[in-house]
Amino acid sequence: MKCDNCNNPATVHLTEIEAGKKIEKHLCENCSQMLEGIGGSPAKGHTPINELLTNFVMSHSTVGKEQSLQCDACGITWQEFRQSGLLGCSNDYKTFERELTPLISRAHEGATHHVGKVPTRRGSTNLAPRRRVDTEKLKKDLQRAIDAEDYERAAKLRDQIRQAEG
Amino acid sequence: MKLNDLTTRAGEWLRGNGPMSEIVISSRIRLARNLAGHNFLSKCSRAQRTAIEQKVRGVVLDGEIAAGTFYVDLADAPEIDRQLLVERHLISKPHAHAEGARGVAVGDEESVSIMVNEEDHLRIQVLKSGLQLEEAWEQINKIDDVLENQLDFAFHPRFGYLTACPTNVGTGIRVSVMLHLPALKLTGEIEKVFRAAKDMKLAVRGLYGEGTEATGDFYQISNQTTLGKVEEDIIQDFRHVVIPKIIDYEHNARRMLAAERTISLDDKIHRAVGLLRSARLITSEEVLYALSHLRMGVNLGRVPGIETRTINEVLLMTQPAHLQKLVGKKLEGDARRAARADFIRKKLGAA
Repeated sequence: MKCDNCNNPATVHLTEIEAGKKIEKHLCENCSQMLEGIGGSPAKGHTPINELLTNFVMSHSTVGKEQSLQCDACGITWQEFRQSGLLGCSNDYKTFERELTPLISRAHEGATHHVGKVPTRRGSTNLAPRRRVDTEKLKKDLQRAIDAEDYERAAKLRDQIRQAEG
Repeated sequence: MKLNDLTTRAGEWLRGNGPMSEIVISSRIRLARNLAGHNFLSKCSRAQRTAIEQKVRGVVLDGEIAAGTFYVDLADAPEIDRQLLVERHLISKPHAHAEGARGVAVGDEESVSIMVNEEDHLRIQVLKSGLQLEEAWEQINKIDDVLENQLDFAFHPRFGYLTACPTNVGTGIRVSVMLHLPALKLTGEIEKVFRAAKDMKLAVRGLYGEGTEATGDFYQISNQTTLGKVEEDIIQDFRHVVIPKIIDYEHNARRMLAAERTISLDDKIHRAVGLLRSARLITSEEVLYALSHLRMGVNLGRVPGIETRTINEVLLMTQPAHLQKLVGKKLEGDARRAARADFIRKKLGAA
């Protein structure tokens, strides 16, 4: 198939929906990149993951605003954090919550919520449950234990699943 | 200070008597914690940094954290002492070389160490011999509870324990197992282990953790995901899935080498014995490679009269700071290499 714009082979195939109508575009690498600059089609062949992330973060906050984001408590700016990789204080997790979430999710296999240990002396208000027993995980472990013929562990897991499921 | 006593013996975790110690050198768990109401260290003034260090030091020394706990003020400690602590895995390299108020509390025969003002205000670590992750978790969880009674840790309902670097947020846990995998290296299958580990989002590092090369077939495997998983699940995955599989691979590779490449295997092992028992000048790197082969030979019953424990001890004691502490003076170049060779010949029985 040839590019819609020139005679080079088309390697990028786009389907866009405009006013309820499906439009198919077939472009070569060069034309797709040129059009991306003009029309904004996300058609680049291999975008590095950090660029994808930056684009994602940028599209979710007003351009420029993010650059000047600053924590009232410790004074660190978002840009400063991006350079050092280290935050300045606990409050940064609140100040930059929206910007940090995609980064955190990427670093932790898509997770954005804590499910582990919770400080015991912190009353009971506004906290994640102390343990959320993940029975799906237990069932997978059970299957693995059976496959490995580790019946002692399988029995333990079976009891844990029964207990969790009430 | 009890620091000098350390040089005369290996820590509990190097005794080589833990489960699976023919392949698993040690199991380590660390927790990252920060005090609520204080900036993280990159945004602390000198005075704030000192205030945190004083506060944590007091609590760590007063509380019943671990038997025989002592504290080393690293801002005051000479370089050789800091290096000694790195070699014993009680502090990280960056902690040794940083500046400003910081320290480490060490207890329970070096099973427990609490770094104060490393990247986070507290880095609690429990280190055990062989494969003892559940035991390490039980101990570190208790220590964390004790500390938490007196220190208010920074915690966010959604993100969990807050850390200076968001890659540690949530549980703040890092589980690492140090493995000795010489047979997988010899058969070339080690690459498969690396790939599998990468697919499982695990990091593979060298003997001294972050930023170090794997030398002498010693590898540290650790989790990278700290959020969205319960601590026990991360540990169970290591204990019952990841590590047993790698141990099986290594055992199979060792069996294969012994059965099908006997002469070549024995040649490697006995060259290592020869080198260690005969050399008059030897570098740390040579020691690591030779000890790796010797260790495998001992575990396969092909070198009588040497214990795993002795090998672990040589591994530790022949590093620069230990050697200089043992001899009692600064050693460089050939003098250091000669002292190292002497020590090894004494330990392993000279040819």
